[in-house]
Amino acid sequence: MEPFFIRYRNFLVLLAILVAQIVGLAVQVHRTDSGRTTLDPQDGPSVRLIRLWAEGMVSPPERLIHAVKLGGENLWQGYIDLHNVHQQNLDLQKTIDRLHLEQALLMEDAKQGQRLQALLDFQQKYIYKTMTAQAIGSSGSDQSHVFYLDKGSAEGLERDMAVITADGIVGKVRTVFPHTAQVLAINDQTSGAGVILETTRIRGILRGNAAGQPQIVGLMADQRIQAGEKVLTAGGDQIFPRGLPVGVVDKVVRDPERDSFVDVIIKPAAHLDRLDEVLVITSTQPRFSPEMAQDLATSEALKGVEAASIQEQQKASQIRAERLPGLTDPNAPAPNQVANPAAGQANAAATPAVPAQPSAPKLLPAQHPDRFSPGAAPQAPSKSTLDTRPLKKGDATTPAGTGGKTALKTGPRSGPLAMPREITPRETVSREPLPRRNP
Amino acid sequence: MSVLGANFRRDLEIRRYPLLVYVLVPLAAVVLQAWLPRVLGPYAWFDLPLVVTVYFALGRRSPIQGTLMGATMGIFEDALSQHAIGVNGIAKTIVGFLAASVGVRIDVENHTIRLILNFLLSLLSSAIVVFVYRILLGLELEWRWFTELYKAIGNSIIAMVLFPLLDRLQIRD
Repeated sequence: MEPFFIRYRNFLVLLAILVAQIVGLAVQVHRTDSGRTTLDPQDGPSVRLIRLWAEGMVSPPERLIHAVKLGGENLWQGYIDLHNVHQQNLDLQKTIDRLHLEQALLMEDAKQGQRLQALLDFQQKYIYKTMTAQAIGSSGSDQSHVFYLDKGSAEGLERDMAVITADGIVGKVRTVFPHTAQVLAINDQTSGAGVILETTRIRGILRGNAAGQPQIVGLMADQRIQAGEKVLTAGGDQIFPRGLPVGVVDKVVRDPERDSFVDVIIKPAAHLDRLDEVLVITSTQPRFSPEMAQDLATSEALKGVEAASIQEQQKASQIRAERLPGLTDPNAPAPNQVANPAAGQANAAATPAVPAQPSAPKLLPAQHPDRFSPGAAPQAPSKSTLDTRPLKKGDATTPAGTGGKTALKTGPRSGPLAMPREITPRETVSREPLPRRNP
Repeated sequence: MSVLGANFRRDLEIRRYPLLVYVLVPLAAVVLQAWLPRVLGPYAWFDLPLVVTVYFALGRRSPIQGTLMGATMGIFEDALSQHAIGVNGIAKTIVGFLAASVGVRIDVENHTIRLILNFLLSLLSSAIVVFVYRILLGLELEWRWFTELYKAIGNSIIAMVLFPLLDRLQIRD
């Protein structure tokens, strides 16, 4: 027998290794009740051990490479490439101011939604706590869209936690190791997430295809599904909270296996191929997190300050209008009503704290009557106080105390001189119709 | 191109490398295979562990060593994915065995032979993966043949560059 083993030892070794691997594969799959073969969703102890070894060997070099890459990027972006940073800061500050106001409006919607949900005995879960993690590696296979995070069970990650970015959902935690975690992306063929089309309200299951694109599978052909429609999480999969952006419809293709069904290819909102930093949702609760509540309180306070500021400015304008009776045409309608009556009504509704302008202001006796005052004899002006400059077209007077910050805007020229009205930049922002979330 | 008979293979030189090369090169291949797709996105059309398996199998000219090297690299790849462990293992085991078996019969110094071998073995590896998944295990797996073709071309080009570099690491008497 010895010559046989020596002569065919190469084939025997090959056969032994192949048989061992086939037996190992057979252990990892099982047949479902419907007769289909599937992989065990949760790894067995021996498989998990192999994965742990592989991850333990590959993860440290990956961390090193990732740290070097991050260091280089930080050095470049933080110390060298600082062009236009000041301008960006100013722009961002403006955006924050605008978002604070927008958030306050949305909060009212959210509170109302919570009340209604409480009535219906249905509680929406909000993202309560998240953890930032870095993506440090991938599986390296184009048929396996998984990637690794630099945080694991020691940092509080658990299986089936949702992974998102600011743009949209990314995937879910599949396997957790002590200091790393494997995330299954939404464009993998074995993934699954409940989604809903925003306008048509069609629900479906999202999974990846061979090209690595997420798609909603098994939908009945429907003409209403159009490219560009937003796709959100439906919230029924117990992993992703409801309402998170998934992407937009890219195209609708016929299901190759079933005639009356279509697959909806999705362009993902998150950049799944080039992820660096992600958020892992570690906790969802039926109420706002302390940080979110604090932000909302700040927005509320800011909204109050804005309203008070606008009200003060309106009062000041009104007082000035009353003190300048000769410059006001009592028969002229209010400027905002002339320009756009509908907008005026909308503005009045949007800022209920601001008192409405009287259509015919009361004429007070002039403190220093001149030749324009009704019933007063013209007087020669004092040389020291009279401005003898000719009034040019387009001249405007900056009120005292504004420091030049407020812009003066003239109203419609319905009378000899229209009533000047001040509009600050903040007021302009607050009067713009803010985009509201669709219910 | 010189295709040699079985008598000549005894005269062929069996390449030897420092132990660190046997450890670090495969590890580097697996690490880069896991990291580079994050940089290149969907254009990562290569399989570095396969290229390294083919290189060592051709150089060592030992089917057993090629088989073991292929099995190890494949299992590593499977372990880093969410797929069943053994799919890539089987594919690369066969590839390592075949590469080593071919290596004792032909002159693998020739660049054209290296290029053709890498191309064919890459296609074979992809075919085995699909076979194991869909036939042996009965699992659903969508795949695109032209992606596998691009990958085979990418592997061949990388082998053309990488093999001469790795040749410099061998121990010369």
